[in-house]
Amino acid sequence: MKLTSKLVLSTATFMLAAALPAAAAWQPQKPIEFVATAGPGGGTDNLARAVQSIITKYKLTDQPVVVVNKGGGSGAEGYVYGKASAGDPYKVIFGTSNAWQQPLVSKVAFNYTDLTPIAAMAQDEFLLWVKQDAPYRTAGDFLKAAAATEFKMGGAQSKDTDEVLTRMIEKAARVKFTYIPFKSGAEAAVQLAGGHIDAHVNNPSESLGQWRGSTQRPLCAFSPKRLPQGPKVTATEGWSDVPTCMEQGLAISQYEQPRTVWLPGKVSPEQAAFYVDLMKKVQATPEWKDYIEKTSQVDTFLTGAAFDDFIKQDLEHVKQVAGEQGWLVK
Amino acid sequence: MENLQSLLHGFTIAVTVPHLTLMVVGVLLGILVGVLPGLGAPNGVSLLLPLTFGMQPVSAIILLSSMYWGALFGGSVTSILFNIPGEPSSVATTFDGYPMARDGRPTTALATAFGSAAFGALVGVILITFLASWVAQVALAFGPPEYFAVYFLAFASFVGMGGAAPIKTVVALAIGFAIAAIGIDTVSGSVRLTMGVDELVKGVSFVVAVMGLFGIGELLIAVEEEFQARAVSSRVDWKEVFRALGRLPHHGIALLRSAAIGCWMGITPGGPTAASFMSYGIAKRFSRNGARFGTGEAEGIIAPETADHAAGTSALLPMLSLGIPGSATAAVMMGGLMIWGLNPGPMLFVDQKDFVWGLIASMYVGNIVAVALVLLTVPVFAALMRIPFAVIAPLIVIICVVGAYSVSNSYLDVVLMLGFGIVGYLFKKLHYPLAPLVLAIVIGDKAEDAFRQAMLMSKGSLGIFFANRLVTTLVLAGMALLLLPLALQIVRLLRKSDEAAHEKVRII
Repeated sequence: MKLTSKLVLSTATFMLAAALPAAAAWQPQKPIEFVATAGPGGGTDNLARAVQSIITKYKLTDQPVVVVNKGGGSGAEGYVYGKASAGDPYKVIFGTSNAWQQPLVSKVAFNYTDLTPIAAMAQDEFLLWVKQDAPYRTAGDFLKAAAATEFKMGGAQSKDTDEVLTRMIEKAARVKFTYIPFKSGAEAAVQLAGGHIDAHVNNPSESLGQWRGSTQRPLCAFSPKRLPQGPKVTATEGWSDVPTCMEQGLAISQYEQPRTVWLPGKVSPEQAAFYVDLMKKVQATPEWKDYIEKTSQVDTFLTGAAFDDFIKQDLEHVKQVAGEQGWLVK
Repeated sequence: MENLQSLLHGFTIAVTVPHLTLMVVGVLLGILVGVLPGLGAPNGVSLLLPLTFGMQPVSAIILLSSMYWGALFGGSVTSILFNIPGEPSSVATTFDGYPMARDGRPTTALATAFGSAAFGALVGVILITFLASWVAQVALAFGPPEYFAVYFLAFASFVGMGGAAPIKTVVALAIGFAIAAIGIDTVSGSVRLTMGVDELVKGVSFVVAVMGLFGIGELLIAVEEEFQARAVSSRVDWKEVFRALGRLPHHGIALLRSAAIGCWMGITPGGPTAASFMSYGIAKRFSRNGARFGTGEAEGIIAPETADHAAGTSALLPMLSLGIPGSATAAVMMGGLMIWGLNPGPMLFVDQKDFVWGLIASMYVGNIVAVALVLLTVPVFAALMRIPFAVIAPLIVIICVVGAYSVSNSYLDVVLMLGFGIVGYLFKKLHYPLAPLVLAIVIGDKAEDAFRQAMLMSKGSLGIFFANRLVTTLVLAGMALLLLPLALQIVRLLRKSDEAAHEKVRII
């Protein structure tokens, strides 16, 4: 402990002499490990690797950064690892909202309170997708048909974001779906293209290729306002041409999945501040903008109280749905 | 013809000095990660990925896919020489590859494996070239019931035969299914069979299981037997490499059949692992030397290796055109595609012709480069077999421990791996078959997911497995393969009693 505080002190003096803000008082002294709570190739893994490459390119820290994947148990492996590393500021955990959602619905050995929140860096939107040649033009048409026969709705994992949203649609529109869980959104997209399911609620990046290839199309976006205008996806349409679900009479104004960054528990405020600052610097680079655009996400940065509020709100939503479905554990 | 033109255009992209250099570098790195303990293709490719961000997409994919080919070949080396499969798909190669190497013919075993692997890859890439659009359509027809039927077919073709007592096969399968069920269940989202050990939530990694079952298990057996006899004095002989390659055409039927099985399993997303097991099982049943399988039969190496590479190659197509990665390595490459700004999906073939055909052309060239390089290394690797057992044995333990630890930097995995070593030893001692156990660990949870997804869709009716022509054919083929040995047995019994009757008549 003494050694650490001495180190921190001496670095702090050095930094002050260099006239840098006091928030950067703590500096890493050994390699940093980025823990992606998903397998290689998934959205969370892509984020961790994009951040890593930006940090390396701009030399935002002197220490090397390595990415490891701990995606077992729908991400639980990575969070449990974070919990076990309490007090170690060299492990940065990259996840999603399942950091607080998963402990609600399955008996995993962690809770988000075991970790130190750093930031929510990007938001993935959700859309309602149907097969290209489906007869429905609007969400209204789709729900009318869904009232007559029970549709098969696909999604990634069980009792996770996709199923929560599916159940929210059921309630809002008074319809009933059969929810079929697949391993990933990409798998659900292929199943929809093959006509094995009727719809899914994928993120833009999960179905982008399929939309361009005219195998499926979005009906509406679960967002308070239309998505930002980017380059056209198909010959005639881009993301901003997709109406919001509210416009189409499906009363779910907002549903999104944040990409979250955490430190293990019991780290010092200075250490947390260093990473908040680091992520802010990453977000200011053109490479970050490029990453956000290519993966069709929304750029946001929530930290501190704003991030806490977001978690609490989302937790309320999920608790309600999970309670109604009888998913809550403990 | 249009495809042929595109391919020729692709060759003009792939066959340039910088790209050929990239292929050689990629293949060599791949062989290295394939052979080294605990690295493996997915890790190797993800380590290399950040280096490619500044490259042209087509150069980047050529580098990464060459590394993949190299790693596939490198993985077979450890399966054959040390009985440690590096990838799930090379498990079946150990069944005959390892006995052959142990008998003092490591050069033959390696050369046979590489030669047939190259043939399989070639058939796979030819298929992609000419049937690209058709293949993409076929894959779309596969929903949960069809997936289950494909896995069922793989199980049936492998399990129905087998030299072990049927009941022992069933026991091995059941243990495998139980191990596959550990961790979070996709369909219900709940945690299963972790027995209070929090870390088990991630499930049991295949690598951990296989390193223990094969590597450590075999070692324990060897220690118990007279191990002095095991130092193999193989002469390193270049001619032997060519002789082994020259003998390959004699097994033409096995090669073609295995390639066909491989391509079929690669397109219908069964994957290389199911393909290699199924191919081995079918070869054992239909080969004239079927009874000698497991003792170092060349056809027992040819069948799984050809099918593995044919499936691995043709599985790249669904990845590009549908965006489903067929393997962990393909998943990393897909992540790369997104970062390079390409979206896997049906439009890739229309929008990014240079990329797609450059890649396909590089698959021809890259595989030739890989096979040439890997054949050059055969004598070096074969020489490893001459190292005395007393030196090699601790080395194998190190390989297994490091390999198990580096899967997810977890000490628990090392303990599990050693536990599997004991299981492997007991299985051998009690004559339980390891293959069904491994097959169930690798594709058991996928088969379970597919079955339960199908049941959700049909609200519990088994009728969904006979709902259309495709799934009905697959299920019936699986059942036929399962019942065939039984039917043959009955026929044989009948014929015997028939002959016996004739004999009697003659005597009288």
